[in-house]
This record gives sequence, C-alpha cells and structure tokens, in this order.
Amino acid sequence: MEDIVEKVLSGDRRAIARLITMVENGHPGVREIMRELYPRTGNAHVIGITGAPGSGKSSLVNKMTAEYRKRGKSVGVIAVDPTSPFTGGALLGDRIRMQSHATDKDVFIRSMGTRGSLGGLSRATSDAVTILDASGKDIIIVETVGAGQSEVDIVNASHTPIVVLVPGMGDEIQAIKAGILEIGSIFVVNKADREGVERVIVDLEMMLDLAGYGEDEWKPPIVTTIAVRNKGIKELVDKIAEHMEYLKTTGDFDKRVRDRVESELKDWIREEGVDIVVNRLKEAGEYDALIEKMVKKEIDPHTAAIDAIKRVREG
Amino acid sequence: MSSEKVIRVLLAKPGLDGHDRGAKVVARALREAGMEVIYTGLHQTPEQIVEAAIQEDVDVVGLSILSGAHMALVPRVIELLKKEGADDLLVTVGGIIPEDDIPKLEAIGVKGVFGPGTSTVDIVKFIRENVSQRN
Repeated sequence: MEDIVEKVLSGDRRAIARLITMVENGHPGVREIMRELYPRTGNAHVIGITGAPGSGKSSLVNKMTAEYRKRGKSVGVIAVDPTSPFTGGALLGDRIRMQSHATDKDVFIRSMGTRGSLGGLSRATSDAVTILDASGKDIIIVETVGAGQSEVDIVNASHTPIVVLVPGMGDEIQAIKAGILEIGSIFVVNKADREGVERVIVDLEMMLDLAGYGEDEWKPPIVTTIAVRNKGIKELVDKIAEHMEYLKTTGDFDKRVRDRVESELKDWIREEGVDIVVNRLKEAGEYDALIEKMVKKEIDPHTAAIDAIKRVREG
Repeated sequence: MSSEKVIRVLLAKPGLDGHDRGAKVVARALREAGMEVIYTGLHQTPEQIVEAAIQEDVDVVGLSILSGAHMALVPRVIELLKKEGADDLLVTVGGIIPEDDIPKLEAIGVKGVFGPGTSTVDIVKFIRENVSQRN
C-alpha cells in the first residue's frame, strides 16, 4: 500500500495507471491510498473540456498538450467516453488523436468509460484528477461529451471549464438546452474555417451580453480555433492562463475549491450514508419487510426513509 | 462500494498497412461483449503501443497486422512489454499470419492468433477465458 503511494508521488506510470483502475473498479483498498495522496495535491491547473461529439475536442486537447509541452509543463489527460448502457462495454477512441504524445514521459493519457453508475463517474474522475495531481502533473485536462448531469458536474469541477462549439451543427441551441453554456469560463469555436462561424460567435456574444457580467467579473472570452491546423491554440492556452490569473487574484480560486470539496463531501455522505442506513436495516432483518410495506402502500418511501435514519441516530 | 472488474483491451495497428476494417469489427464485437476497447488507430510504433497499454492499464493488447511485418513488429512489442514489467498482459495477434509463423509467435508469448474468417464470438470467448486466468 505504502509502495503504491510512493510510486504515484514519484510519477511512476504503471502505479498511476493501476491506481486509476482500482478507483474505477471500486477496489476496497483504494480509499486508504487516496487518503495518503490527498494532502499532496493542489498544484495542478485542472481544465475541463466539453462539447458535442464531432466538435473536435480530442484534436483540441492534442494540440493544447503540444503547446503546454512547448511551455515546459507536464500534462495529464482524462478522456471520458460513453459506456453502452446495454452491454456495459465502451469504445474509447480519443487516444487516436493523441498518440503522438504516447511516448512522451511527461504526458499521461487515460481513457475512461462512463460506466453508468449514479455519481460513480464524477467520483472516479475526481479521484483520477487527484492521482494525476499528486503525481506532479502541472496541467490536467478532463475531456467529456458533456451529456448528462454527471458529465456537466465533472467539467464544472475543474478550475477552467471550456465549452467547445462548432459552426453548422445547430448546437448553439442544443447546448443551451443541455445547460452546458452556463458553465463555460472560456468558449472555443473550433473548425473556424467552416461556414457559419460568425453566426456562432454572434449567438455566443448575445448570450454573454444578456448574462450581464460586471466590470470586475470574468467575462468568458470566445476563442476561435482550427485544431487540426494548429490555429488559435496559443491564444487558447494564453486565455486559460489568464483565467487562472484572474481566479487567483480575485479569490475566486478559493471559492471554486471550496465549492468543489463541499460537493464532494455531500457526494460521499450520500454514498456512505445510504450504506450505513441500509446495512442497519438489513442487520435488524427489517429491510425486506419495509420494502414490502411500501409495495402495499402502508407507508410512503419518504416517511420510510426518515424513520430509518431516525432509528440509526437513536442507535 | 461495488467492486467489479471490466476487461480493458488495447487494439492497435502497428506498422505501415492502412487497413483497419478488421480491427474495427473486432473493436465493436468486444464492446458488445461488455469490454472497454481503447483503439489507437493506424501506423503505431511498438513504443507507442506499449506506452498506451501501460497508461491505459489494459488486460489485453490486440495487434492487427496485414502487412506481413508481424515477425518484426510483434517481438518488439513483447520485448518492450517485458522491459516495462508488463509481460503478464495477454497479447493476441489478428490479420494475415502464415501458418508457419504461428508457433514462432506463440513461442515468444503471443496467446492467440486470429486469421481471416475467425468468428468474433471465438475471439470474445478466448479473451474471457485467458484474461480470467491472469486475475
């Protein structure tokens, strides 16, 4: 156990990879290791990237990674792709665009399936971020399609959430529907050589004007890129650095960190709390009977839950 | 916390041939079988493949080779895996492999050579049986 902690802290790739697997599989030994690693984190700049499938996120991450390497930063990438709800399998293809960094020892890329369990994804990715942070990565990029609440949560938990749009996909409106526009600290309009790019920019500007940012507030900038031709990448990386500067000088950084740990705390209370209450009921042999009562409409689920929690509190 | 193991497979095309139809069919079949498939795309060097296998912490490395260069590429991948201490991974090869070369590949540690016409059901079954031995 101590061994894997030391290895992760020294940046050992196999140890990092193995520990992320343990996190994903809910390995019983993992909490103890995470407890050791947690105090050693907080040095990485965590960037979240979301956008519709086909918006070029992977290519963007690939080029950003190259730019960060030029600037002497080490990079960790967590690329999340959907797990099939029917088979539990997943095709994780983000690496295809990033393999040029595969043999760079200062870049660590990990693909993750969403795997479907409620809240499990945000926990697995936030643990993976903790691991990469503890291993000494300067920049950690979390990339996800951003469909569904837990994926939005993941991106929102980063220091700098980036929303990627492309012209001509009609996704300006789709994005508003999904509620991901609100979380962007930077907007990227990728594939900017396509027709309709002005339209996307105008729509975004209108939306940002309506949001009414104050004088001293960070108004999300719009960066246009053509990732495959490496256009606009430097500007994007500059903006990301500016955003971090803003977070640090205004105290928003501390607020973001506080918000994130608070939501992680609540997640864990929910997770562990459910186990405590359910196990207590099961030990008392009342669990199945309680469910039976609800089925027969003798008690409603909310009252049943409150009663159960009360019983645990009274010991 | 629930503890469940998902089989992770890296599918890679080493070398210069550009035909990945077969690899993609296998990728889909493995996904349908509930595995996580990391596809790295074309023209991968053995170094890139092994590094990806380590970072992704996969259980299986599947190499698809149609160019005839398997006797150069596969030993190199195996050698690098050994160097990284990751030679407990299951290494399988798919593609056009002459009969005579199969024992040679098996001798260096390849555990399953799948030629044209192999049913994806057999590949899934083979991986399940041989991965479970590892754990």
